[in-house]
Amino acid sequence: MSLLEVKDLDVRFAVRGGDLTALRGISFTLDKGERLGLVGESGAGKSVAAFSILNLIARPGYIAGGQILFEGRDLAAMGERELRKIRGNRIAMIFQDPMMTLNPVLTIGTQMVESIKAHRRISKKAARDVALSKLNKVQIPSPEKRLDQYPHELSGGMRQRVIIAIALLMEPEIIIADEPTTALDVTIQAEIMALLLELCEQDNLALMLITHDLGVVSQVSQRMLVMYSGRIIEQGPTREIINDAQHPYTQGLISALPQMGEPGQRLFQIPGAMPSLKNVPSGCPFHPRCKFAMEQCELTMPEYVRSGNVDVACYEVSNLIAREKGMQKVEF
Amino acid sequence: MTTATISRWDRFRESFLWYSFKRDKIAIISFIVLLAMVLAAIFAPLLAPADPYDLAQINIMNSELPPAGMAGSDPAFPLGTDAQGRDMLSTILYGTRVSLLIGFGAVVLQAALGIVFGLLAGYLGGRVDSILMRIADVQLSFSTLMVAIIVGAVFKASFGNLMFGEIAIYMLIFIIGIAEWPQIARTVRASVLAEKKKEYVDAAKVMGFRTGRIMFRHILPNTLSPIFVIATVQIANAIISEAALSFLGLGMPETQPSLGSLIKSGFDYIQSGSWWITLLPGLVLVVLVLVINLLGDWLRDVMNPRLYKG
Repeated sequence: MSLLEVKDLDVRFAVRGGDLTALRGISFTLDKGERLGLVGESGAGKSVAAFSILNLIARPGYIAGGQILFEGRDLAAMGERELRKIRGNRIAMIFQDPMMTLNPVLTIGTQMVESIKAHRRISKKAARDVALSKLNKVQIPSPEKRLDQYPHELSGGMRQRVIIAIALLMEPEIIIADEPTTALDVTIQAEIMALLLELCEQDNLALMLITHDLGVVSQVSQRMLVMYSGRIIEQGPTREIINDAQHPYTQGLISALPQMGEPGQRLFQIPGAMPSLKNVPSGCPFHPRCKFAMEQCELTMPEYVRSGNVDVACYEVSNLIAREKGMQKVEF
Repeated sequence: MTTATISRWDRFRESFLWYSFKRDKIAIISFIVLLAMVLAAIFAPLLAPADPYDLAQINIMNSELPPAGMAGSDPAFPLGTDAQGRDMLSTILYGTRVSLLIGFGAVVLQAALGIVFGLLAGYLGGRVDSILMRIADVQLSFSTLMVAIIVGAVFKASFGNLMFGEIAIYMLIFIIGIAEWPQIARTVRASVLAEKKKEYVDAAKVMGFRTGRIMFRHILPNTLSPIFVIATVQIANAIISEAALSFLGLGMPETQPSLGSLIKSGFDYIQSGSWWITLLPGLVLVVLVLVINLLGDWLRDVMNPRLYKG
């Protein structure tokens, strides 16, 4: 059994004039110690997916269907009391902006001690020692001093280290990192990613890394999901997807990387923009931007087909596979 | 843990609050004056030459003596005496004590109510918010004085004058505190609405904190600066409200005078030339309210997040 198994998750936002579907039929698994990348453009539903795993979608959002099985127990159907025992304790989360994630008026030590005491009956002194050991673990310089400092006294990189230390406090099984390095400058990004990777390997932690940086995903994760407009359109081993993307959207993403371009030439761009949730195109939501779009793309959402170890939802790909197998074109 | 932790005092000495205080003459002077008045009020029993509550010390023959330096003054009464022969200096000291006590007490009550209701309304939102804020609106649509007059009159009628004298101070704290809580509740709610969208609140939820803990431990400290500013101004307002009520005869009785009831007690004698009975406590009241408001202005400038980022 996987550590985390998300099955057919639907998340909707109840707004005036009906529901908007933010996530549609999301299914994936995360095993112990596995590192999973989740990529997609802004608005694809990556962060919504992260929050819904903790059953923390803010109103007017709600989980409309599906299951989130953590060690076999469904978080989507669990009471608030039980959920609190899992949040921060078994599943921790790291956010994008280290400037904003720490409470500006509490010292680092206070915030860490509070976090421990929310889950364990433990003396303040003992909690402080745990906090200190975690700060050591994230290789922050002079950790004792940091405990008595306020967030504004630390640099961005140090703050993100503190946030990682807070995530590690309760020794969780899963860390969800929502664009953990986006707000940092490039050299610090590399340091923080290396640290995160090292910590996950050390403690056999499962990591769900949400990012729009394909470079980071390819270095860190073993498997990846590509999301578009609230759907997973391609998932499989990272190496296979990066080397030989099947879905036209993933191909577009990879060709849009600056390192794929010729110096002096305009960078490749996928034409058009991600549709707003208010008017998601019928059928495959990518069809208005897709150069392979055909008639059935506008009518129905394609089923997943397997190509190598990768699951792809695309008619073009399924036709290709069918042709390769020497069969007649599949009739729809 | 061998490193010396930075003490709170050191932190304060390095803070922007202290830095700007040192450079603001008005703030320093206001603070010194306020501190002197508060200390004088606290130590009134030691400082005052006479005890105005002790009827045995009062001699009616000493009534309406003018302050020192005027014809007919008595050196035993440097600020003169009132119509009952009480030493003005002593009554003013005791009166300031009563006024300050009511001012602080009322604001503590206001702040307690305002913070709890403001946090609940702002953080929980929805129906709780609508109900609490409508109650606040209704409350604000009555003027403080009107509510106080009605409640005061009812109290006075039901307890009688003697009993009323004993509970007057608590009643005034209660009335002014209840009448003004929406001011603080609205301020708190507004800051909570801004704070609760910040990521540290999401982070706290993700950490598995209880709602109450998130509200009071994580959001409340971030809304304290506007609360401090408004509370300072509200102390001055409460003192004025109390003085107004006392002037109308619904506040402190003359046997336990506050600044307001002193002003009132002298008002009847102004025409006959005994101006000091009204003017001196009036001056003290004006100075007291002025320095508190000046400090409030200074605090507002210092704590304005647009001018200063923590």
